[in-house]
Amino acid sequence: MKFVDEFRDQALAMGLAAAIAREAVPARRYSIMEFCGGHTHAIFRYGVHDLMPENVGFVHGPGCPVCVLPIGRIDNALELAEEHGVILCSYGDMLRVPASKRRSLLKAKAEGADVRMVYSVDDALRIARGNPSREVVFFAIGFETTTPPTAVALRTAKAEGLKNFSVFCNHVLTPAALNHLLTAAGLDVDAFIGPSHVSSVIGSRPYEYFTETFHRPVVIAGFEPLDVMQAALMAIRQLNEGRAEVENQYIRVVTRDGNRKARTIVDEVFERREGFEWRGLGAVPDSALRIRDSYAAFDAEKRFSIVTRSAPDAKSCECAEILRGAKKPVDCKLFGKGCTPDSPVGSCMVSSEGACAAYWTYGRFRQEAA
Amino acid sequence: MSVIEARFGARDAKLSGAVEMIHGAGGRATAELIRTLFRRHLDNPLLAQGNDQAAFAVEAGRMVMTTDAHVIAPLFFPGGDIGSLAVHGTINDVAMAGARPLYLSAAFVLEEGFPLADLDRIVASMAAASRAAGVPIVTGDTKVVEKGKGDGVFITTTGIGVVPEGVEISGDRARPGDVVLLSGSIGDHGIAVLSKRENLTFETEILSDSAALHTLVAEMVAAVPGIRVLRDPTRGGLGATLNEIAQQSRVGIRLEEAAIPIKPDVSAACELLGLDPLYIANEGKLIAIAPPDKAQLLLAAMRAHPLARDAAIIGEATQDPHAFVQMRTRFGGNRMVDWLAGDPLPRIC
Repeated sequence: MKFVDEFRDQALAMGLAAAIAREAVPARRYSIMEFCGGHTHAIFRYGVHDLMPENVGFVHGPGCPVCVLPIGRIDNALELAEEHGVILCSYGDMLRVPASKRRSLLKAKAEGADVRMVYSVDDALRIARGNPSREVVFFAIGFETTTPPTAVALRTAKAEGLKNFSVFCNHVLTPAALNHLLTAAGLDVDAFIGPSHVSSVIGSRPYEYFTETFHRPVVIAGFEPLDVMQAALMAIRQLNEGRAEVENQYIRVVTRDGNRKARTIVDEVFERREGFEWRGLGAVPDSALRIRDSYAAFDAEKRFSIVTRSAPDAKSCECAEILRGAKKPVDCKLFGKGCTPDSPVGSCMVSSEGACAAYWTYGRFRQEAA
Repeated sequence: MSVIEARFGARDAKLSGAVEMIHGAGGRATAELIRTLFRRHLDNPLLAQGNDQAAFAVEAGRMVMTTDAHVIAPLFFPGGDIGSLAVHGTINDVAMAGARPLYLSAAFVLEEGFPLADLDRIVASMAAASRAAGVPIVTGDTKVVEKGKGDGVFITTTGIGVVPEGVEISGDRARPGDVVLLSGSIGDHGIAVLSKRENLTFETEILSDSAALHTLVAEMVAAVPGIRVLRDPTRGGLGATLNEIAQQSRVGIRLEEAAIPIKPDVSAACELLGLDPLYIANEGKLIAIAPPDKAQLLLAAMRAHPLARDAAIIGEATQDPHAFVQMRTRFGGNRMVDWLAGDPLPRIC
């Protein structure tokens, strides 16, 4: 398929693999964190590991929207569906994430709650229009990529005067998470592969602060396997040359300023929260968005007086350490034993962008062979 | 005038009206529904006897029997509908034992309020599929459930068939070194159905591959009676089906991604939705596993049949105590092709 196959071309991959093998100095280790779950997924799905030298390793970051949502917020969603009796609309992966007491939206649905999987926030709007006598709540999650569509939906709902639609906002911000990883979480990696879709919205400029402050290269990369390999090569070159710059491998989509129009709409509808709890990272200042007062009528948190209580992760679950890049999925005692994609204990085993699910689904043979 | 004829008007006029509880009550309305709708389309001597069962002579040797419940949304999709699907699906399950399908039965669960015109279309489509395949539906049953307790129509079909002498095909017979063949492109059915889902309409020319594979199987078995495994990768797609076979046979399977046929439209839809074509359903494709020295002969027999022109060798069985299905990617790396947990879900980010 045009514009896809080119980015998965084996001959080009072999060429890049050879270049990486040439550039990577055998005496040193290169530890590169791919921030996004989309990159983790590509690395495992295409077997990028097999083309990398031993001393170049990937550390998986927290950029999986489903993974980083803390249990307390999923408990809130359950409360909306079960106690407030709303039609709760959510992206598919979110339905299977375990909440407190290993409950999930999928289990609530089986017990009679009206939980619906949607492909986009537009579907939620359509459901609201079609069910004027029911409250419809969109369970909004995601980084800067999914925020603009939610903002547009809120504007649409306001313009149409939809009385029964609201959003339970859980949108989070990438730069704050990166900052937290490098300061409070004490992450020790040499370089970053920066987000692809997120960067199409926010641009490459916000990462300049990190390269200047923390002296770690950031290479923004697309989600195709060749993108990941080329970005790794660019990061290795920076490290070899003692540079720490923001480089943009994903020039076919990302610019320095990103998508200004999208950001304008987001700013009109959302404002920063002072703090937000992330699974794995704990409370991170200025790391999430909430709905502005001018849209308060569409804010499910206000409409249903939602209070979020912090809830502990399941015992022995290492999602927190894994999301911080401090542990690998195989370091978790539950990996493949109590916790598999069929019966997940932690969020990282649910989403296709989660590191544990990627290891288990695509890479399990590596452990067995080892 | 009967209940149904009142709605038919003239016999060949378009049906109007809807299924009512009385159609399932076992009285005259039920009999009329059977006579004017089911029997009219599915007409054959055994059904015409009007008994609660069909009686027929049996051949010597081994018989196979299979049953399949069909539920699908939407009921009508590009390239087929629940009626043709219910016929093809069960014929294929019989055929995957290397058997020649003989007869089918069909049980309908109808929801009160379901348009009779739609039911008529579905039964006509079943009749056409069954006639084209030469496998008659010889007995059946109809029940009606209250509105809200069904989803329009559910159809369960059962099939029986006869296995030719000397053929022994089973999911547990793959051996390390055996060759894995696929009859054609994957994902067509699932993507065609998905394209018409209420919440996910997108433009595509893709048609479901729904087809009866028994004539293809007959050619294959005639060419290579020693075929070890046959299976149609329906729900769960190629990925799930190969995992089933690997588990049953206790072998590993190694695939070559580049060898797996896939249409550009299917590939594009999967990219757009974040789905993996390996897990998308097929209704007119089969996987065959055969000893390595028979692989080319089998491939040639498959390619000579119109339903398997794009057949390909896609991999081999290996010695592997874990019974993993692995794939060398087009990219040059390796990955597992695991069972899918739950339904395939589009990605978020």
